[in-house]
Amino acid sequence: MNDPRIARQWTTRLRLRVEGTFPPEKILPDTQPSYVASWIYVFGVLTLAALVMVIVTGCLLAIMGPTWWHVSGVGHFINSMHLWSVEVFFFAMVIHLWGKYFMAAWRGGRSMTWVTGAVTFLTSIGAAFTGYLSQTNFDSQWIATQAKDGINATGAGSVFNVLNLGQMLMWHIVLLPLVALGLTALHVILVRKRGVVPPFADVTEAVSA
Amino acid sequence: MVHPERFAAVFNLSHPGHFIHWGVLQVSYGNAVVIVLMVAAFVAALLVPFPGHDKEEQ
Repeated sequence: MNDPRIARQWTTRLRLRVEGTFPPEKILPDTQPSYVASWIYVFGVLTLAALVMVIVTGCLLAIMGPTWWHVSGVGHFINSMHLWSVEVFFFAMVIHLWGKYFMAAWRGGRSMTWVTGAVTFLTSIGAAFTGYLSQTNFDSQWIATQAKDGINATGAGSVFNVLNLGQMLMWHIVLLPLVALGLTALHVILVRKRGVVPPFADVTEAVSA
Repeated sequence: MVHPERFAAVFNLSHPGHFIHWGVLQVSYGNAVVIVLMVAAFVAALLVPFPGHDKEEQ
């Protein structure tokens, strides 16, 4: 390390920067502040758990294909698991959002944590909508023909064609999951880096101090 | 042997959806129930004591 040539290497500089920014005790801490002992802090990790189930069941659906999830009992079950884990995912994520909004969780240099969470939420909505279009049943056909007028009204219909099943399936199982998972990883890393936002200071104490 | 009727929905879904109309707002009963449940879970998360944690210890 004393060798200046080694200190200049991009690998050395990157490692030192990562070690300084994300020390292991912050990424995997032993304890949490006492204010975290509340049910409102459970919904973030519940969202993550539901996301894991969404990905696992989605991978199973991708492996076996539409005929399997339409006609077999196990396929129906996994298809329903995929739907209901998405329901839990959004249910928990919205409560997580409400909690963080009323905590003003962007305080203390946590603005990027808030922004990555908000963009993940919007990305997930897109993933859910393209999921409706990827069912390969009458429901997805109906939704596609209804959605096309809305999309065309925005002018985006020429590049984002909801009637194109292949395109919607690729958005649903490749592009949007990649963005959602990448942003979720970044969101969690930022939460670990900055820590959980503390409660508002007691106004009475702050005034009298 | 798989009996599809065993997997039939608990509720009869073979009819048009039911909607609540409130001015310009329109929401299905199903979505309204989910929203009410989310609000209830949010309020409960704020009020229900967290297990294994004594406020006196703080």
